[in-house]
Amino acid sequence: MKAYLLVDFGSTYTKLTCVDLDDEYIIGTAKAPTTVLTNVLDGYEKALSYLISDHPEITEIEGISACSSAAGGLKMAAIGLIEELTVEAAKRACLGAGALVTKVYSHHMTNDEAKELVDSDIDIVLLAGGTDGGNKECIIHNAKKIAQVKLKVPIIVAGNKDARDEIKSIFDEANIEYVIVKNVMPKLKKLDVAEAKHAIRSIFIDKIIEAKGIKKAQERIKDIIMPTPEAVLKAAELLSNGYEDEEGYGELIVIDIGGATTDVHSVGKGNPKRTEVIMKGLEEPFAKRTVEGDLGMRYSANALLSLVSDYEFKHYFDENDTCNHNIETSLKRRTKKVEFIPRTKDEDEFDKAIAKICADVSMSRHVGQIEVVHTPLGDMFYQTGKDLSGVKYVIGTGGVLINHKDAKQILKHVTKKSARTLELRPENPSILIDRSYIMAAMGLLSQSYPKTALKLLKQYLL
Amino acid sequence: MSTVVIGVIGADVHAVGNKIIEYVLKENGFDVVNVGVLSTQEDFINAAIETDAKAILVSSLYGHGEIDCRYFKEKCVEAGLEHVKLYVGGNIVVGKQDFEEVKKRFHEMGFDRVYAPGQKIEDAIKDLKEDFENL
Repeated sequence: MKAYLLVDFGSTYTKLTCVDLDDEYIIGTAKAPTTVLTNVLDGYEKALSYLISDHPEITEIEGISACSSAAGGLKMAAIGLIEELTVEAAKRACLGAGALVTKVYSHHMTNDEAKELVDSDIDIVLLAGGTDGGNKECIIHNAKKIAQVKLKVPIIVAGNKDARDEIKSIFDEANIEYVIVKNVMPKLKKLDVAEAKHAIRSIFIDKIIEAKGIKKAQERIKDIIMPTPEAVLKAAELLSNGYEDEEGYGELIVIDIGGATTDVHSVGKGNPKRTEVIMKGLEEPFAKRTVEGDLGMRYSANALLSLVSDYEFKHYFDENDTCNHNIETSLKRRTKKVEFIPRTKDEDEFDKAIAKICADVSMSRHVGQIEVVHTPLGDMFYQTGKDLSGVKYVIGTGGVLINHKDAKQILKHVTKKSARTLELRPENPSILIDRSYIMAAMGLLSQSYPKTALKLLKQYLL
Repeated sequence: MSTVVIGVIGADVHAVGNKIIEYVLKENGFDVVNVGVLSTQEDFINAAIETDAKAILVSSLYGHGEIDCRYFKEKCVEAGLEHVKLYVGGNIVVGKQDFEEVKKRFHEMGFDRVYAPGQKIEDAIKDLKEDFENL
């Protein structure tokens, strides 16, 4: 046996997954509440002791890798020029690196916006704006505003190359911590986020984990290598692409319904499937992640009140569901008491309805749309976003799905709706559930043992 | 280098002329940002802002150009692009009309240069060089 340990410092639980690299199977999993406020190692040790007592055969651990989304995860601000262009490119870089984008600014920042930025609880700023050789006046203006308010968090400058020298001197003079990387949109509608994502991860490893109280864990675990959502995206990419002679699953989607957010990851080009379709908007990332802050099972349950009318909500209850749900009370109750666990059939049915809405609405926002244009030469179509209609697999993960007996039925709501024919949703995907909750762990494992991680994903996603 | 934004406006899919214009402008040393066919006014304007373009060249070949170009200049001003030169050319109006009349109407709409059907792109290049010298 060659045991390898994967650790996920989550916001609520510290989760361990132990893999046998020799025989390629999952030895066991364990979890204990995360303890960032006192000593993060307490929670870790506790989980480890559970794991060892369940599996005394683990005598030696070969290696450990960890990811973290504890203490609110990685929060970022994205700044750019035009909303649909460099602002969107900046947002995609942040999301692809596993961050939550909580502040977004376009065009010239005002004093109030700069003050709001300084007062917010963000961890990193991504500053973009202008194509290479394009507009540099705006990004320089925004750099000056940041310098003026003496922002204390690290800044990644990923805008017009022509503005670099000037931004350097502005930030050096104001003692601002920064790093300069390639432009996220070097040419119009061209997306280049690799360097920016890399910079986010380096800062996360060097600084953020310390600020989040996870640094202590490094005494035991050498590498805390990425934010948890990035690990999930890595696993999705690996499963889609395959590795060496081990084939992948092709285009796929991973949907993670959590307590506060719903994350959707899609891997695939999403190109138009017909010739009379013309692509609009910014280039799409091959592995794309979107995060919906208003779709969640608990913290954000209240938000559903303004999102879905009572009439629409009722459509998400099972046909044979006879109980009389009070939608407003039930939602408020869940937001107020986030540790709420359904005990009765009614409560469970209600949770199921919330999960269905999360699946449905998050997919609607993630997929591309088609729009008809009547031209003298006949009908043509604009496509914005990815065409995911041909996706073969939709994989569900996150608390509510992995434990629910009807998880597959819930996820059926991601597919094509007759009422919304212009959305490019998956039409007839196979649905798999991450029953053993291994997506993030396999993303971590894929950094050193991609083949094993791929085999385990194929084996454990059911 | 002088950046120009080119494209075909409205529900117009004439791609060949668009590619020729891109080619010739590039050959003549311009930095060309092509928003392509089926482009809206916003597509042109957003591209011009991000790339800091000095001119926008609007093509239209299907006769509805006059409708598609309405309030283009006003939107440019709104977006802070009042200094950007606006060019338009192709079959920009319905049917065969007196071109001097057409030219006058487009000038009134805020276009700096207006080209007649069949006019060569080389004429526009000459004008671009002249306009850029005066910037």
